[in-house]
Amino acid sequence: MHALTTAFKELVSLFVDDGTLAATILIWIALCGLLLRLLPMGSWQGPILFIGLAVILIENARRGAKSRSG
Amino acid sequence: MIDWVHTGPSIIAAFLASLVEFVEALTVVLAIGIVRGWRPALTGACLACGVLLALIVGFGPMLQTIPLNLVQLLVGALLLLFGMRWLRKAILRSAGVIPLHDEEAVFASETRSLRQSGAVAVSGWDGTAIAGSFKIVMLEGIEVVFIVVAIGATSGSLIPPAIGAGIALVAVILLGVVLHRPLAVIPENALKFAVGVLLCAFGTFWTGEGIGIAWPGEDWSILALIAGFLVAAGAAVPICRASRVIPSPVK
Repeated sequence: MHALTTAFKELVSLFVDDGTLAATILIWIALCGLLLRLLPMGSWQGPILFIGLAVILIENARRGAKSRSG
Repeated sequence: MIDWVHTGPSIIAAFLASLVEFVEALTVVLAIGIVRGWRPALTGACLACGVLLALIVGFGPMLQTIPLNLVQLLVGALLLLFGMRWLRKAILRSAGVIPLHDEEAVFASETRSLRQSGAVAVSGWDGTAIAGSFKIVMLEGIEVVFIVVAIGATSGSLIPPAIGAGIALVAVILLGVVLHRPLAVIPENALKFAVGVLLCAFGTFWTGEGIGIAWPGEDWSILALIAGFLVAAGAAVPICRASRVIPSPVK
């Protein structure tokens, strides 16, 4: 049982290092999927998804830098 | 005709990601081989390779039976989580917030702990060494398998990413045989930075396809996404450097 728990933890840690980063990415994907159905965004759909992810990355890294060095 | 827009980045992403993982596995397998003997080190590594191969054979075709847009969404989101995690860490390392991965230091620490973990079994069955080698090859290898299966499942063929990973494996084994010491000269953080960018670009593209986004320029958007993530990650490094709180000297 302990080995299975460890293996599961190792598997999750492949994708989730910082819980906030993972949660924000998933929320943004869900939000984009929802917006896509509600609003006609034309060729802006892809760029909007990317810009959101880039902002999430930069902001999360900045917060990480601040908290690790503080 | 070969579709280089998909095939090229697939091979490169799988090659670079696998290279980083194989180098990390090689460091520990080398330490085990030198301290506890080559037979248990290679036995553990081969056992792990067998399990990994079974995973590829089992999960690769299974993914192709699931509806494409569901695979694209699921695998795209996982690639994105995986890639963003790598890229975030590479950014923090480039900014000097967390220390760079040092293969020489890992090798020294592994060697020390293996020497302290008791005498080598005389019977030839060194459980500690086999388990250590198996664990590291499994851990690093599962990341390679994920990348190969994910890139392969979304781009329709396992062959290009498998070729990339295969070339990386052969290169690392050859270098390991020739050098007999950890590959500390490989710029691991730069590689992780590049791989993070590629995985994020692939992940964003496939996630978008999964939720029904019509990408401008279709597959060519992958190249624009690679450029976009490169710029974003490049911009994040000085921002993180500036955000570091440098502790004031104690008076």
